[in-house]
Amino acid sequence: MALPNKPLGEIKAVRDPEVDEREVDILIVGGGMAACGTAFEVKKWASDDTKILLCDKAAMERSGAVAQGLSAINTYVGDNAPEDYVRMVRNDLMGLVREDLIFDLGCHVDDSVHLFEEWGLPVWKKDEAGKNLDGKKGQKMGTLKAGAKPVRTGKWQIMINGESYKRVVAEAAKKALGMDNILERVFIVELLLDAKNANQVAGAVGFSVRENKVFIIKAKTIMVACGGAVNIYMPRSVGEGKGRAWYPVWNAGSTYTMAMKVGAELSMMENRFTPARFKDGYGPVGAWFLLFKAKTLNGLGENFAASDAAKAELQKYAPYGTAAVTPTCLRNHLMLAEMKAGRGPIIMDTVSALDALGKTMDKKELKHLESEAWEDFLDMTCGQANLWCATNTEPEKKNSEVMPTEPYLLGSHSGCCGMWVSGPDMDWVPAAYKWGDKGKVYNRMTTVVGLFTSGDGVGCSGHKFSSGSHAEGRMVAKEMVKFVRDHADYKPTLKQSTAELVDMVYKPVRTYLDNCAYTTAVDINPAYVKPSGMALRLMKATHEYGAGTATFYQTSSKNLEIVMDMLATMREDCEKLGTGDLHELMRAWEIYHRIWTVEAHLRHIQFRKETRYPGFYYQADYPGQDDANWFCFVNSKYDPAAGKWDVFKKDYIKMFPDA
Amino acid sequence: MPSYVIAEKCDGCKGGEKTACMYICPNDLMVLDTTAMKAYNQEPDQCWECFSCVKICPSQAIEVRGYSDFVPLGSSIMPMMSSEDVMWTCKFRNGTIKRFKFPIRTTPEGEANAYSALKGKDLDSPLLSTEEADGYQMPKPKLA
Repeated sequence: MALPNKPLGEIKAVRDPEVDEREVDILIVGGGMAACGTAFEVKKWASDDTKILLCDKAAMERSGAVAQGLSAINTYVGDNAPEDYVRMVRNDLMGLVREDLIFDLGCHVDDSVHLFEEWGLPVWKKDEAGKNLDGKKGQKMGTLKAGAKPVRTGKWQIMINGESYKRVVAEAAKKALGMDNILERVFIVELLLDAKNANQVAGAVGFSVRENKVFIIKAKTIMVACGGAVNIYMPRSVGEGKGRAWYPVWNAGSTYTMAMKVGAELSMMENRFTPARFKDGYGPVGAWFLLFKAKTLNGLGENFAASDAAKAELQKYAPYGTAAVTPTCLRNHLMLAEMKAGRGPIIMDTVSALDALGKTMDKKELKHLESEAWEDFLDMTCGQANLWCATNTEPEKKNSEVMPTEPYLLGSHSGCCGMWVSGPDMDWVPAAYKWGDKGKVYNRMTTVVGLFTSGDGVGCSGHKFSSGSHAEGRMVAKEMVKFVRDHADYKPTLKQSTAELVDMVYKPVRTYLDNCAYTTAVDINPAYVKPSGMALRLMKATHEYGAGTATFYQTSSKNLEIVMDMLATMREDCEKLGTGDLHELMRAWEIYHRIWTVEAHLRHIQFRKETRYPGFYYQADYPGQDDANWFCFVNSKYDPAAGKWDVFKKDYIKMFPDA
Repeated sequence: MPSYVIAEKCDGCKGGEKTACMYICPNDLMVLDTTAMKAYNQEPDQCWECFSCVKICPSQAIEVRGYSDFVPLGSSIMPMMSSEDVMWTCKFRNGTIKRFKFPIRTTPEGEANAYSALKGKDLDSPLLSTEEADGYQMPKPKLA
């Protein structure tokens, strides 16, 4: 019998990969909505001789958070005022946001939505009688840009038929940038600082997951936009269902880790998102609340969120808790209170909602309503539709359970962790919120010269969603072109030799090849650990100590102390990751990125001695909000030269008065 | 809910220039066994069930079976893509079948306007290229 001593993947890794060294002006790392925005916009400003390169870990046609599709665009300002957009985001995120970044985004986001529609994204419309038309029938009403009315489910959301949303957006991006300037299946894993300027970015290094090849790319300016962080806490489903993450399972915290490792300042990394979704399938609930007007009930059948007790609880978190729209974390907080008191599970009453709507509709309209309910899943969370089928759930006949998920880190949805970036170069933006280089301000530049981010990478500025991320990527494109123009003399120089960089990227492969023959089974070896094992070690630690679902999202100072020690050991053990094939090498770098990102998250929670986001996490030693001491941002900075972290407060500046 | 490849139907995309499922999977899960010339999902517990491989497969050889840790057996959902719509067939465990058709795109594939000829004028203004071309004015914020 043959011994199982070979790697499973089809593309075996070799000790000495080919090396592809390049030099460009602008490097775009990522291929999701934000990077597609940059790819669309950048050549419209760059001179013809500007060298631009985009690297995507996957294929742009279906990469990033919108790979599967979406059933709504959650940010379309339309007839609303951008000031009100700021107020909505501020309230949802418990008062602490960068109002300059949010207002700025609110001024540009609609232009991207108008392009999506022009490119072929079907957008629902209202007809003359106020009835809903789907994106195909709605074409007769004209375009949003020309004044047609979208179907709003809330003040900011519009409905779309978004199965091919990412394909449409990627098509325009790829055409605009040109496939000659795009490398798909290239995973950038580390950014590189300039040899002469201590705080300036000079390049990046990564590898192909399709062939044994390392890429060393020098660049004058870089945007890193590779999404948020997923599978950093033990998911509620731990078998095959580990993949059924709410946010894309391939988002590995690469954005945060790569930037923090070159010294970019992070902000609000303590913020996280634990969305309440349909249990297990993680199908969206937004349309059920907003479009179908459904209510959630506790296990006793009570509409707990409307109870006097709930109102009294929300009062504690005024003015956020008492606003017209309850912040996302507080909605979770109320739900968790029911579950902890033994009044679970939480049920979405789809039956009553569809019954009530049905009373106002004829048969044909009712059929259409059923179709809309299914499309909500099939456009963006297909597996939830299958779960309904497998459990014989017809929403008009049988209710479904709702449950808060495991924690996620992101900056574009209802969360706001990310990098501390410059605001726009406008006179109304406070001096503390704008910076750049050589006397010029560069919007969305991190605190590292030449390093930009957008989408999930920008901190303190949530609720951008797909459209806002695209618009932000476009804004960054222009800033990067400006940076290149202003730094014509800059010649990026790397500190490390080619051999050193290749050794760093391929270290897990070399560790594996050096040791794999020692044992009879390749996965168990005292000299190395496989990424799959390290991933589970991280998730077990965060689950138990870092305010995971095991403790109803609660942690304490002592628990944090323990988990910080565990993370330090994990970082040490990452030096001994072993991988035999290219897919596994990708997993090794992903878990490395996740560990650093989680460490930043917990370091921030440790520093903020209050519970700013009840429902997302609880610091048991410091329950409740403490505005007197903590109505400020928490920022952190890793010093790459000294290998040390610094965590500190940053002033929040209110610019927009309450309405 | 990992995707699986039906052995009889998969031809390893012999006739195509690239293996479709391997090209598209956002998580690098679909791989080709070059000896058998069949594709398979190499890491089912990292499958997001996004159906990208199912939708792109030219042989309709890929389907999805619910995650074994929480989905009962016996159901299926299957998309059929055209250039303008997707038609879903949803089969319940109890035999109920529902079909839904949704638009996916209002323009022919490949026709998205990339505005390749558009060149921005004022690099120092805050306007995006199409905003500048449209004569858009940045709103003045109403501050405290």
